[in-house]
Amino acid sequence: MSVTDQTVAADPFVVAGRELHSRLLLGTGGFRSLEAIAAAIEASGTELVTVALRRIDPEARGSIVDVLESSGVQLLPNTAGCFTARDAVLTAKLAREAFATDWVKLEVIGDDRTLLPDAPALLEAAEQLVDDGFVVLPYTNDDPILARRLEDVGCAAVMPLGSPIGSGMGLLNTYNLRLIRERAGVPVILDAGVGTTSDAALAMELGCDAVLCASAISRAEDPTAMARAVRLGVEGGRLAYRAGRIPRRLHAQASSPDEGVAEF
Amino acid sequence: MTVVVNGEAHELPAGTTVRGLLAALEVPGGERGVAIAVDAEVVPRGEWDTTELDDGARVEVLRAIQGG
Repeated sequence: MSVTDQTVAADPFVVAGRELHSRLLLGTGGFRSLEAIAAAIEASGTELVTVALRRIDPEARGSIVDVLESSGVQLLPNTAGCFTARDAVLTAKLAREAFATDWVKLEVIGDDRTLLPDAPALLEAAEQLVDDGFVVLPYTNDDPILARRLEDVGCAAVMPLGSPIGSGMGLLNTYNLRLIRERAGVPVILDAGVGTTSDAALAMELGCDAVLCASAISRAEDPTAMARAVRLGVEGGRLAYRAGRIPRRLHAQASSPDEGVAEF
Repeated sequence: MTVVVNGEAHELPAGTTVRGLLAALEVPGGERGVAIAVDAEVVPRGEWDTTELDDGARVEVLRAIQGG
């Protein structure tokens, strides 16, 4: 095992008492096939993978649950598509029945155009689900105060967005993300907006505990290769965060000694 | 009686249970990963055999898909 591998192995990521060995969560939306999901899971090293609940489709072929089970990952059901606290709570309860897990990635969306979270409804749903025994991982705005309120009501992590879902615009407000990280007593998982590896690395360098990535991998030209790339970005960013980056300076600082310079 | 399943009206014999409805629907892939709500209330798997549907009931039959 290399020094790097040892450093990664000695740095577990713990959510609600569960120790995970990968800091990359994978969303399954947008993949072209179940086979592509299985390949991306392997390449990403992820242990936590999201699914959505929808009305049964009589034409559907194959089961994503089978694919995820044979990959050995933990399912993380989401409440995507819910626009009210009531719908999100009911969807979470249905997911608990369907998958026998009390973990939920809570989404309460404000509108179709931005897919941004509806903050008051999100907080209301989070509180209800925590009271009902769920491990709640809320998809939230990059708002430090809302993140704190979500933690206060008992969420197991907070999942601020980097930019809107599927936009690939990266991290639009690194200042807010740093404030969230600075105050949070629960894991901070950067969710939404990752477009490529550097976005995931930046999130980790800011101190985020993990990154959830869906579209950047699933809609890439080569999803398996991108899964590997984002994994390396997450690992590299985490190592850099722990290694401690140098401060930014306005002016140059010579890296070669000033003394003993030849005079011609 | 008429029961609305995933937004579509279905004619079913009176006394049909949730389990009976699932059998009639011939859900592809069986019952794994399926969850059911009747009139916006979750029906736990353990109660599928005993929960009878009322005329006019609104049933949602859901399962996992790719997402998130």
